[in-house]
Amino acid sequence: MDKQLSAAEKQEALWQGKLSPKDPAGNPLQFQSPQAEQAYKERILRFKDAIQMEKLPDRVPVTVFPSMFPWLSAGMTVQEAMYDYGKCAEVFKKFVLDYEPDVHWGAYAPGPGRFFEILDYKLYSWPGHGVAPEFSYQCNEGEYMMADEYDALIQDPSGYFINVYLPRVFGALGGFQMLPFFPGILEMYGLALSFIPFGLPPVQATFQALFEAGAEALKWVGPIGGADGELAVSGFPNILGGFTKAPFDVIGDTLRGTKGIMLDIYRQPDKLIKAMEALTPLMIKMGVGSARQTGNPLIFVPLHKGADGFLSDEQFKKFYWPTLKEVILGLIEGGCVPLPALEGFWNTRLKVVQDIPRGKTLWMVDQSDMAEVKKTLGKKACLLGNVPSSLLNLGTPQEVRDYVKKIIDVAGKDGGLIVCNGAFFDQARPENVKAMVDAAKEYGVYK
Amino acid sequence: MSKKLIKAIADMKEEEALRLVKEMVQSGAEPMAIMEAAREAMDIVGKRYEEGTYYLPELILAGEMLGRITEIIKPELTKMPEVKRRGKVVIGTVKGDIHDIGKNIVAFMLDANGFEVLDLGVDVPPQKFVQAIQEAQPQVVGLSGFLTLAFDTMKETVEAIKAAGLRDKVKIMIGGGQVNESIKEYTGADAYGRDAVAGVSLAKQWVGVK
Repeated sequence: MDKQLSAAEKQEALWQGKLSPKDPAGNPLQFQSPQAEQAYKERILRFKDAIQMEKLPDRVPVTVFPSMFPWLSAGMTVQEAMYDYGKCAEVFKKFVLDYEPDVHWGAYAPGPGRFFEILDYKLYSWPGHGVAPEFSYQCNEGEYMMADEYDALIQDPSGYFINVYLPRVFGALGGFQMLPFFPGILEMYGLALSFIPFGLPPVQATFQALFEAGAEALKWVGPIGGADGELAVSGFPNILGGFTKAPFDVIGDTLRGTKGIMLDIYRQPDKLIKAMEALTPLMIKMGVGSARQTGNPLIFVPLHKGADGFLSDEQFKKFYWPTLKEVILGLIEGGCVPLPALEGFWNTRLKVVQDIPRGKTLWMVDQSDMAEVKKTLGKKACLLGNVPSSLLNLGTPQEVRDYVKKIIDVAGKDGGLIVCNGAFFDQARPENVKAMVDAAKEYGVYK
Repeated sequence: MSKKLIKAIADMKEEEALRLVKEMVQSGAEPMAIMEAAREAMDIVGKRYEEGTYYLPELILAGEMLGRITEIIKPELTKMPEVKRRGKVVIGTVKGDIHDIGKNIVAFMLDANGFEVLDLGVDVPPQKFVQAIQEAQPQVVGLSGFLTLAFDTMKETVEAIKAAGLRDKVKIMIGGGQVNESIKEYTGADAYGRDAVAGVSLAKQWVGVK
């Protein structure tokens, strides 16, 4: 994409690309019918209009953004969804066709089980590897970056990831510890010395594992990516362009861990801030790069440790928000639509996070008070979500319809709302999920 | 000296607190008195958390300071100070779920509020809760869970407690992730708490502490 384009033009180019989809050979996608083509375009424009807040869409858009629900509700275990790639894709296609959300998010959630085995992934437990077959994979919190490693991370984040962090979270990547310092590869004299590690058995074993893992990932992405194509042909676009994270969560979730980062706030606050600043351009690059690669503008940003109860307001303003705001602005500058997810409760943070340009972002709301969110952040940005997991699990279809009607009344009257579940869910009553989608279509029409 | 130590811990001055402890040990202070002071400081930290001036960084740092202080005075301690306990709580993350941050915070706050806490860890099968209740005879049981799968395993756990004839002996509170009033109804627990403060006040109410 041309550097000369403005942020708005870059975003528009992504939307236009999305509206003129191509098949894998690069030719215009052949829809299954003119109706499917029309529905596909309407669905994207409905989303786009809701997000940009310039004109009302024809109705409140609706989507389902589940975790393992599509597979569990089809009678599969999570383990089967992770190991039978073809069946995983088939079940997901049926899920979208049955529930008919405006857009979907792809069948990527289960991931390829065998691939994680090849790499001996330690950061998560998954079915058959520390979790029962019917349960979802879960993160093993730990201190994967030590307290005295901030300087190494700050000076060279990529080098730190390659030589130190990745070998800790992937048992099969031990050889990375021996890899040379790449910016030292400069001149002919002594050059061969830098390449000696590649001749050593541990490094070669690591590369062998990488070849296998790559082949497995390809085997998986065939049917999973194919599902996106087939659903597009039927009129249902995948809207997800990729993901990135708030720098505070990058460090707090999977590097230092919750305990580590909370202690660092007191013990080494300056280094923590410097490390987050070093990660900020990388998190922007991650999101923008992936939007361009997938051709989808929406970049998901799950927000964790900034929620109510984790930090004081002062700590939130000092440690969490500045670099997250930079990431959001950087994504916008790159033509993306950031989709930060306010997981848990964020009632006390709303006044701070509303400091963003209008109509450029989409925020997933979990359990925060929707009326409050609308009055603050909702003036600046479209909101998505808020239908509770507990209701989808235990409520009746009528209760779900009433809830959807309520959030449309509270937050959707003048646009800027997309109906969706508020948190990623595995278990739910199918009739309740269906009721959520149908209710939005019924009550959400703008006259 | 004790007063200074209490203030240093309560105000999150970690280095100062450790320096004071070392000085106190060198000048022959009673190790029990140091432990008492640390305990008192923990009460203040707990109160500030309940009031909303302290959050996770302070709770976690306070726990660390307590651990480091205990390390320093351990060689001097002949016995751990007897703390008068208000009641006993068995707590754990239910089967299938391995999330523990929320559960750990609740356990810490219960401990800071004078409860004896038996933490069973994560992915705890119903029978393990039953066994712990039989052995430890707590007044309160806390079930934690982050994922939607926990709704069912919390229910299973409550049913297992009932089947073992222990349901009348304990009050059960649940919390975490997507848990709310309707999940409480579903699981058959006595109450749910949205955060650690709510968990502590439920436990206090149930053991009859004002």
